[in-house]
Amino acid sequence: MFTAHRGRLTLIGAVAVGAVVALAGCASGDPLAEPSSSATDSTIVVGSQAYYSNEIIAEIYSQALEAGGFTVDRQFQIGQREVYLPDIEDGKIDVFPEYTGSLLQALDKAAVGGTSDATYTELQAALPDNLRVLDKAEASDQNSWTVTDAVASKYSLTDIASLTNVTEPITVGGNSELETRPYGPTALKEKYGIKIAGFVPVEDSGGPLTVKALVDGDIQLANIYTADPNIKTNSLVALTDPDGLFFPDNIVPVVSQKVDDSAAAILNKVSAALTADMLVDLNSQSFNDKLSADKIATAWLTQEKLV
Amino acid sequence: MSFFIETLAWLLDPANWIGAGGIPTRLAQHLLFTLVTLIVAAVIAVPIGFVIGHTGRGRGLAVAISGAFRAIPTLGLLTLVALWVGIGLSAPFVALIVLAIPPILAGAYTGFEAIDRKIIDAARAVGMSEAQILLKVELPLGLPLLIGGLRSATLQVVATATLAAYIANFGLGRYLFEGLRIRDYGEMLGGSVLVILLAIVLEGVFALIQKLVVPRGVTEGLPTDIRDGSSRSRPVMETTIEKGNSNVHST
Amino acid sequence: MTWIWSNMDLIWDRTLDHLVLSVPSIILSFVIALPFGWLAHRYRASRAVILTTVGLLYAIPSLPLFIVLPFIVGTSIRSPLNLIIALTLYGVALMVRVVADGLGSVDRDVQQSATGVGFSGWTVFWQVELPLAGPVLLAGLRVVAVSTVSLATVGAVIGAQSLGSLFTDGIQRGIQEEIIAGIVATVLLALVLDAALVLFGRLLMPWTRRSAIGVAARNSAVVAGVTT
Repeated sequence: MFTAHRGRLTLIGAVAVGAVVALAGCASGDPLAEPSSSATDSTIVVGSQAYYSNEIIAEIYSQALEAGGFTVDRQFQIGQREVYLPDIEDGKIDVFPEYTGSLLQALDKAAVGGTSDATYTELQAALPDNLRVLDKAEASDQNSWTVTDAVASKYSLTDIASLTNVTEPITVGGNSELETRPYGPTALKEKYGIKIAGFVPVEDSGGPLTVKALVDGDIQLANIYTADPNIKTNSLVALTDPDGLFFPDNIVPVVSQKVDDSAAAILNKVSAALTADMLVDLNSQSFNDKLSADKIATAWLTQEKLV
Repeated sequence: MSFFIETLAWLLDPANWIGAGGIPTRLAQHLLFTLVTLIVAAVIAVPIGFVIGHTGRGRGLAVAISGAFRAIPTLGLLTLVALWVGIGLSAPFVALIVLAIPPILAGAYTGFEAIDRKIIDAARAVGMSEAQILLKVELPLGLPLLIGGLRSATLQVVATATLAAYIANFGLGRYLFEGLRIRDYGEMLGGSVLVILLAIVLEGVFALIQKLVVPRGVTEGLPTDIRDGSSRSRPVMETTIEKGNSNVHST
Repeated sequence: MTWIWSNMDLIWDRTLDHLVLSVPSIILSFVIALPFGWLAHRYRASRAVILTTVGLLYAIPSLPLFIVLPFIVGTSIRSPLNLIIALTLYGVALMVRVVADGLGSVDRDVQQSATGVGFSGWTVFWQVELPLAGPVLLAGLRVVAVSTVSLATVGAVIGAQSLGSLFTDGIQRGIQEEIIAGIVATVLLALVLDAALVLFGRLLMPWTRRSAIGVAARNSAVVAGVTT
């Protein structure tokens, strides 16, 4: 009796293992393979952050490259910088949309920043030898200190320094690293003499939770990216930064040596066309109209006559 | 190896032990949050579990709901609730209660179910009321499994309460998120070590409670008593329960 | 709802990714838990040590584990292997105790009879103890399956695509349908795997159907056993 069961067990076990293998096969090739090993030599691997706006740009790069005759392997939504940066440095990803100032600070903690061009030049020097950045776009998606319209008009706020006008306690919200960043609450206190009541971490990188907290009045000052369509939708005010407290964050493709001149020319054309307003519009199509990245990218490339 | 040294250095740095963001404060916050979550989850789950265990009704539903609760991803639920109620502790609180309910509920009703029906029948025969049966017979006999359920819920909540720091300046999770974002792995791992240490301490407390609270008669008498009397009249399977019980005591 | 209908293919792709992460982890948890559970069951002295140590694995916060694991194991940080290893660890944490309890649930008389009719130590384990412990193991495996599916969503944070990616993306873009779709699909997937395990159990252990009530009662004890 037990032997019979054992035979049955073996059979069912074999079927189960077979099913798992088949399943693994149909999902994404060999699930245990290292990323990008499936790509052949002529294929360009394009990556993107787990950030919808970054994915749209990566999709634009991908479609433009495909229109230029290249084969593209999309590895999108692969986490934050701490996850994907090692893979870029190892040359496992060939094209990645990045932001000049943020990438510079990740590569060099002592970076000085400055104007958009100075930051770009400093970034070129900070990159490892096997990587380079192509032309930067005018479009940028950078950190900002943002307040609600109501607070801005009540205390006539325009630039960061004017925050000293605020008489109520200011609670700051943003990703946890903000607390210790050179442009964080401490800098506001020391550089401008702004009184800061406290810091609340909201780990969605200035996303809807941060915006909600700002609108609800749980926080008064938030770090929100300038290309965020929420600024427009919720009538928020991004305070101007005449002193260059934040590093400029122009969009720039980081590429490996596999990207040749013809591929680089295609990406440079895309960057030349990408303005700041367009980026906000692209984001808004994703955020407000809920369109998928590939549809947004195709429409934009057609409109700009890049494909 | 460098991880180990960085972690140790972070843990031993006196600067990390003082002030509002210091280890003692965050540890206390974390512990308090864990305890309050467990108490609220227990207040919800234990009575329901007792009713199911005592009446034997609604069990299928409870198992189904527990299963579904277990499957709900905590981070997903937390963010969804946060989109409705905003930042602060309410959203993590809700998400963690959902996490803690299934093991406590299971502990409560299986504790009752594991009791030999003959004991209940005997209690009824000597004239005990339903309330007396519940309080004087089922409750003490079911206690080991209930505490086991609480113990398991505690382990999960202590580890997952780190998510509170996702939207609040609260608890040991702050070290995890901050360390992750600024790539200070010493801080991130130091925070994790503190969470694990807290879990170990709480495990110890539960082991002690189990020893103190479980009546002597239950620990020593139950398994053999039941086996002698019932192994013939019931399917072989059911001996699991008594054995399961004895295992609980011995750990 | 419109978002869900127009993105069915995305949801389906993420579901497959999710399966690829969770199914191997569930199987590995079971396979690895067997020897440890057996040790804990066989040698009483080792029991408390093994069960407590393994149980504490569950107290390791998942996020730091996912980040540090590749450095410890030497895998690439984005390799799905990291996630599978981490999920397996959590699965083992739950399963070892179940194996120990399950083996402990086998009536000593039955074991002795088996030895008496000439079964050797190994054959007693494979052909008597393991099948008889089957229902308990199955009940534990169901808990492991459901928890693993739920936990795999955290992989989205480290760039491993899964159903969790739907809610990280949905949160950023403020699309509630996407977040809800991610949660609902995770729960459904867990329930489907759970049902598959039940079916699997019926095929493997046809004798359990005869005493459905007994199994139900003992399953519940195991669920709590897992928890103790």
